Amino acid sequence: MNSNTTIISKLRQDLLKWEGYKPPVSGQRDTLGLGPLESIFPNGVFPKSSVHELVCASSEQAAASGGLVSGMLSALMQPGGVCVWIGRDRRLFAPALSAFGVEPHQVVFISLMNDKDILWVMEEALKCPGLTAVVCELRDMDFKQSRRFQLAVEHSRVTGFVLRNATGKLGSTACAARWQVKALPSTDLGGLPGLGFPRWQVDLLKVRNGQTGSWVLEWQEGHFVPVIETVIHAERQAG
Amino acid sequence: MQKRFMAIWFRHLLTDGLARRRPELKDLPFVLAAPVKNKSIIIASSMVAEREGAFTDMAVADARAAVAELVVIDEVAGQTVKLLRLIGLGCIRYTPMVSIDLPDKLILDISGCAHLWGGEREYLKEIVLKLRAAGFDARAAIADTPGAAWAVARFAYKRPIIATGGQAAAITTLPPAALRLEPDILERLQKLGFRNIGPLLELPASVLRRRFGQGLLLRIDQALGRVEEYRELLVPPVPYTERLPCLEPIRNVPGIEIAIERLLSVLCLRLQEEGMGLRKAFLKCHRIDGRKVQVGISTTKGSHSVSHLMRLFRLQIDKIEPALGIELFVLEAPRVEPMETVQEQLWAESKGLGDTALAELLDRIAGKVGPQAIRRFLPAEHYWPERSVKLATSLSEEPAVAWPKALRPIRLLSIPEPIEVMALVPDHPPKLFTHKGKRHTIAKADGPERIGREWWQDKGEHRDYYRVEDGEGQRYWLFRSGHYDGGDARWYLHGYFA
Repeated sequence: MNSNTTIISKLRQDLLKWEGYKPPVSGQRDTLGLGPLESIFPNGVFPKSSVHELVCASSEQAAASGGLVSGMLSALMQPGGVCVWIGRDRRLFAPALSAFGVEPHQVVFISLMNDKDILWVMEEALKCPGLTAVVCELRDMDFKQSRRFQLAVEHSRVTGFVLRNATGKLGSTACAARWQVKALPSTDLGGLPGLGFPRWQVDLLKVRNGQTGSWVLEWQEGHFVPVIETVIHAERQAG
Repeated sequence: MQKRFMAIWFRHLLTDGLARRRPELKDLPFVLAAPVKNKSIIIASSMVAEREGAFTDMAVADARAAVAELVVIDEVAGQTVKLLRLIGLGCIRYTPMVSIDLPDKLILDISGCAHLWGGEREYLKEIVLKLRAAGFDARAAIADTPGAAWAVARFAYKRPIIATGGQAAAITTLPPAALRLEPDILERLQKLGFRNIGPLLELPASVLRRRFGQGLLLRIDQALGRVEEYRELLVPPVPYTERLPCLEPIRNVPGIEIAIERLLSVLCLRLQEEGMGLRKAFLKCHRIDGRKVQVGISTTKGSHSVSHLMRLFRLQIDKIEPALGIELFVLEAPRVEPMETVQEQLWAESKGLGDTALAELLDRIAGKVGPQAIRRFLPAEHYWPERSVKLATSLSEEPAVAWPKALRPIRLLSIPEPIEVMALVPDHPPKLFTHKGKRHTIAKADGPERIGREWWQDKGEHRDYYRVEDGEGQRYWLFRSGHYDGGDARWYLHGYFA
């Protein structure tokens, strides 16, 4: 019995390795400083060379997702790193990125009108090893497209983020993770009137080889700060 | 093979050149003048001015006394070389070997060229008529040596074509100035009574050398063809063009791909040798039915990589309509730029805006969806939100000022959308707003942040911005246009905060 569990855990580790989740080298833990968003993944390593899917049901959720992605980008982009942001009719306002620790002039914006072009550009960008991350806003993404994206990043080690509308039923995905971000009311800052730090309800709806979860996060002074203890759902395997 | 030379003498080179650019001067007596020793001296005089008595080397004041309506124009230095070079490049269609002889002549080596125009007479006529039609007062002559040709073009009245070996006979009656001598030698010859070249040819060389130096002998020998004259040829700028004719017309995609690849490999090799990078290229496909199809690519950074340029062209192949077949491919690169060669890196660590892979990606995207879709923003020194960013002109442009620290929404609507608002007290943040039929109750608000309109740019009211948060925690950027008591104060939604 005991030997069986060790064999299974060993096989799991091997599978993870083949899928690109490298365990951290002992004594050299390469954390990004994403806090709970990082520790949920296998081995506690944020999957950099994979695609993350963010589901946005409304403009407000899209803005909140944009905030979360920008926060993650600031951790991923070392000084000088470049990100490509593929969007629809220029909605993203570049100066806002500086509040999330991303230098807006290091981001190349590509604005397109139809999904066909966006998919093509996204795939090309994901194949480009000169980039740190690619963000793209899509109307809809099916399994086939997510699979293509995932295959593209496996060679280039680029991190991809897809902000998609939540139209209809959410099907299966080949992405490493599926997130949903909702804005939450901010708290007062020590009795001062006005708005506090931006606060979100971050749900990890699906994750490959990991645990889904749900957090309340605040963006404070350039870091994600958890507000309430994480609620860990039952372990599930997906993908 | 017997060498033949043609000399073209431009009598009014500078003034003709100017009259070509400014046709209104054509019938006016005008001169080009430059200050020499505190005096304005005529450098070049137009034909009309010369007829009325204003000559080269006269003082402008004297010329004005002779010609009442004289137009004096300041001379621009370097025009002579420029004009001669331009005309010379134009003459390359008649012979590949053209050289400039300052100040006012062109020497063409026409050996073996004249028969293509039906003989030397027709050849000379063609060139001189072309030049005269272009407005240049040109005279030309053909002889075995450049010296003799020029002497005849400049000083002889008739018979511009000197038969082979006839140069000595042709120049005997011409004045010594026809030998292209120094002014002081000319002056001495004048004093000694040499009115023609003829008597000079009869004197022994030792006598001439003792009295006038080696220069005179050299010029005589050059004119008679005993000594060869060396000159610098004009080299036209070589365009980056490659041609690929096909024996069989090409009709399918693989064939076109092979053709492009072959053209690119030749062109890129040449670019690489010259240290240049391609910025813009056109592929012209000449079809059997006489039509021409053209596709173009452009790059953000000079490139001479066959694989990258091939990938850009592959995106354009769909646009080539081969119809019955393509018989000739021409690849032109009208825009190239010097490229800094980068050492190949084994471990490319630095991922930045200068990365080649990024430039190549953007080229591909620009080729597929158009370059206007790609934008990079830099901060602009404006508070007005719509103007607070400007487009970067290149990938390497750095921000001149720091990005502003003020909180801005992550999604900004390009056109603010009108909303219905209720506020408790005038000048208070709103309590309630309705956007697209949905009602939002505001729980928290920050503001107002007043942003004044830049009156020198456009007219209108200032904006009072509020950051508000509704009961569900969604954050918005609202503004009131104008003062509350202005009567026409309107509320708008301008963006969404994260």
